[in-house]
Amino acid sequence: MAFVKKEFLHIFRDYRTLIILFALPAAQILIFGYAVRTDLTNASLAVLDNAHDEVSNELILKLDASEFFDIRYHLTSYDEIDPAFKKGQIKAAIIFPEDFAGRLTREGNAAVSIIADGSEANNANLVTGYTTAILNDYSAGLTKQLTSAMPVIVPEVKMYFNPNLESHFMFVPGVITLILILISALMTSVTIVREKEFGSMEVLLVSPLKPWQIIVGKVAPYFFLSLVNVIVILLLAWFVFGLPVKGSIALLIAECMLYILLGLSIGILISASVQKTENAMFISFLGLMLPTLLLSGFIFPIENMPKAYDYVSLVLPPRWFVEIIRSIMIKGAGFSYIWKETLILVVMTLFFMFLSAKKFKVRLGEGGK
Amino acid sequence: MKKLMFLLRKEFRQIRRNTFLSRAIIAVPLLQMLLLVPAVTFEMKNIDLAVTDNDHSPASRELISRLSGSSFFRICATPQNYMQADALLLAGDADMVLIIPDDFSEGLAGATTPRLQVLADAVNATTAQLGWSYLVSVVRDYNRDVIISSGAAPSAIPGINVSPRFWYNPSLNYKYYMLPGILVILITAIGLMMCGLNLVREKETGTSEQMNVTPVKKWELIASKVIPFFIIGLFDLALGLTVGWIVFNIPFEGSLLLFFACAAIFLVAVLGLALFFSTMASTQQQFLFVAFFFVMIFVLMSGIFTPTESMPRWAQQFNLVNPVAYLMRINRMVMLKGSGFNDIARDMGALAILAVTFITFAIWAYRKRA
Amino acid sequence: MEREKVIEVEGLVKKFGSFVANDHLTFDVFRGEIFGFLGANGAGKTTAIRILCGLSRPTSGKVTVAGINANHPEEIKKRIGYMSQRFSLYDDLTVKENIELYGGIYGMTMKEILPRTEDLLTRLSFSQYGDTLIRSLPLGLRQKLAFAVAVFHDPEIIFLDEPTSGVDPITRRQFWEMIYETAAHGITVFVTTHYMDEAEYCDRVTIMNEGRIVALDTPSALREKYSSSSIEELFVKIARPKTETA
Repeated sequence: MAFVKKEFLHIFRDYRTLIILFALPAAQILIFGYAVRTDLTNASLAVLDNAHDEVSNELILKLDASEFFDIRYHLTSYDEIDPAFKKGQIKAAIIFPEDFAGRLTREGNAAVSIIADGSEANNANLVTGYTTAILNDYSAGLTKQLTSAMPVIVPEVKMYFNPNLESHFMFVPGVITLILILISALMTSVTIVREKEFGSMEVLLVSPLKPWQIIVGKVAPYFFLSLVNVIVILLLAWFVFGLPVKGSIALLIAECMLYILLGLSIGILISASVQKTENAMFISFLGLMLPTLLLSGFIFPIENMPKAYDYVSLVLPPRWFVEIIRSIMIKGAGFSYIWKETLILVVMTLFFMFLSAKKFKVRLGEGGK
Repeated sequence: MKKLMFLLRKEFRQIRRNTFLSRAIIAVPLLQMLLLVPAVTFEMKNIDLAVTDNDHSPASRELISRLSGSSFFRICATPQNYMQADALLLAGDADMVLIIPDDFSEGLAGATTPRLQVLADAVNATTAQLGWSYLVSVVRDYNRDVIISSGAAPSAIPGINVSPRFWYNPSLNYKYYMLPGILVILITAIGLMMCGLNLVREKETGTSEQMNVTPVKKWELIASKVIPFFIIGLFDLALGLTVGWIVFNIPFEGSLLLFFACAAIFLVAVLGLALFFSTMASTQQQFLFVAFFFVMIFVLMSGIFTPTESMPRWAQQFNLVNPVAYLMRINRMVMLKGSGFNDIARDMGALAILAVTFITFAIWAYRKRA
Repeated sequence: MEREKVIEVEGLVKKFGSFVANDHLTFDVFRGEIFGFLGANGAGKTTAIRILCGLSRPTSGKVTVAGINANHPEEIKKRIGYMSQRFSLYDDLTVKENIELYGGIYGMTMKEILPRTEDLLTRLSFSQYGDTLIRSLPLGLRQKLAFAVAVFHDPEIIFLDEPTSGVDPITRRQFWEMIYETAAHGITVFVTTHYMDEAEYCDRVTIMNEGRIVALDTPSALREKYSSSSIEELFVKIARPKTETA
């Protein structure tokens, strides 16, 4: 018990550890909540209006009025587009052909060109999508006027789980996953290896404490800290953007504890396999952090990745956990929907625990190094 | 100067002997390029659409076949009722559900207003919105055809077509978009992390104390620790670029010289940060935490995944001092668009100012503490 | 016989805030002598040495090392050598690489370094270890090597900070033989130690207590003065640990 206390003191005395433990999640929440958006606002556009008629003018106004776009440049020639792109001044150029209104009235069909900056593929897609939506809206309005007697299909949409269409719904579960794995796996592995490397591990091993007690002692503070962190994140999310937990909080916490355990066992395994602190950090970083960030479905949807990645992500615990958290937090799903994923996590935890126990036995047999 | 050469020789020897580090120098660029680049895409592939057809009319079937025929949607299920549809969304088995009411074809014939109900999984708000807008497009096209076939003149139902063209990346290959970004992360990781860890290691083992007694000047010591990673950083950048070129065929429109010049300036800034952070840490673990914290913030805010212009004002202000943001922009512009010196002069200048500021500040801090 | 002074310290005071670490120290060290520096922990030894080595500056007082005033530490560093028990050589470099590094740092050129390296290795019967990594060598060898590297560039004075700690008695002997040889060549040796028997090997010995010098003379003169049969005995007499002063 005293051992655990010592470990706690260790952690709290060092402001840098505290940074990671508390400032980092807070910062991430802030950033993901406010700064990182998946949509586009005030994108700088240029317009090349070859028509100069009332329809094109009206459309230009409509585009400018939308929150997505900001029409900053009115070009007079096609050749101005390339330099504008090269300078990074615009995201896209919208070109209205001559006689635009005329064509629309006569043939009922007119085309608008969008030249988008493909170097920012994401934006280019969004620009096209939003423009299409706005123009569709306009033509639907026209249709209504002209064909009031004709049937016009009215599709209505209900946005489930996220009626206000906030960006951060997607991210907060991911942030939780990231932070948990950071604390539970990375920090544990690092502290244990440090102990090994700088010698006090041997002192501990010689003491009356059993090896498993030492491990548990080292690891217990991080367990609690991870839990505290989750609660802090949830509270932050609630207070800062009113993101509630739709489902059962108890279930959420339980799943978090499972995941923390999983992280801890991975951390222990790493620490048993590695001699130098910097190596432990490197492995944790490359092997845990980056995949979690990029391959778990946190930011980039897995279904968009090449098939091979889909298979690989199956063995990544974060992938499953993100799904579980999203289901519970955002969708309000109950256990019946996530039992499969939970089971997978349980199996993984047992697997890693088994492996690390074996590794440690071997290590100790070799003389405690 | 001569002393610096001796010190540099020592540093390089130590790096070579450090098997882990020397392997990492080759492995990290390769791994990042080969593994990360294919993964990081926002490209929207098929939207899993579930359809409940309560109408069972030729009209509804026609609409459904239009949807399944479009490249955006994939009809994945046909739930029988609202509850099943709900369950599909909850379980994540469908991205969107279309419910066609039983009076749909009557509405089309003019009796009532034909409605369609769509339920969308909006956890990812943007894909939900885009998916919705695609669906609306298909529906509108269908609507048009219905009206035309009932005899109205085409001109009575105006439709505006949008024909997009994507310059610099016609196939809208997301890899082209992300690869420059991954290269930036690469140099940041190597430059900042490895250099910083190395610096702190010296502190930990006390070898810097030993140097203090010798006539080696502080700046010589700093230079000897920083220059190797500058060189390694540029080397790794070249390696990553080569891999990107060979494996992914990324275009390189602009000037290589300009590209590397900017990268060099960036490296100076990053190494300055590494130096500064190393004064805040006495163990490698501490350094890792501090550095990781800042690097994460810099990278996330840099516009690597999401446009900086969409960020709130405070975020854009922050990015004024975020070297990663600058290099991200420069990289994409030079690599994909072939932007020239004039085009990026402002960004390059700002980056240079940052670099000088960081390094000067770092050296000052280092002298004070060590 | 007027001997040349290589270190002159007059009224050296070093304060950290209100704490006086060195309280008006005054002593001289002559060229070619082996000067021992003894004292309990916290007596102010390390502080004084750091000032002599140019690692910190005196609060007041006059300190001259190798003819240079302590206010120009960079110049001092060029003329001295240093070896501490905490760190000596880079363990991930070879013997030759270490020698090359330190030689270069002290301003030698490769043309000077290479032959002298061969010479040194032969003298120490080390030639076959030239390309061995330091970390593969046993501690005793490392210490001796560290010493050799510290005097490689022919400094005027060499400072040794507890150089023989943790080393077996035979190696300790060999080490002191090296020290004698060095002093015979005219290099002044300034050594701190807590092995009281080593105090006997020095030409003169200083004992510090609570920031002040409480004894300074040859070992035999000290023993006589304090009627002690060993330095250890008189050390205990005059350098009481802090807790007993009340």
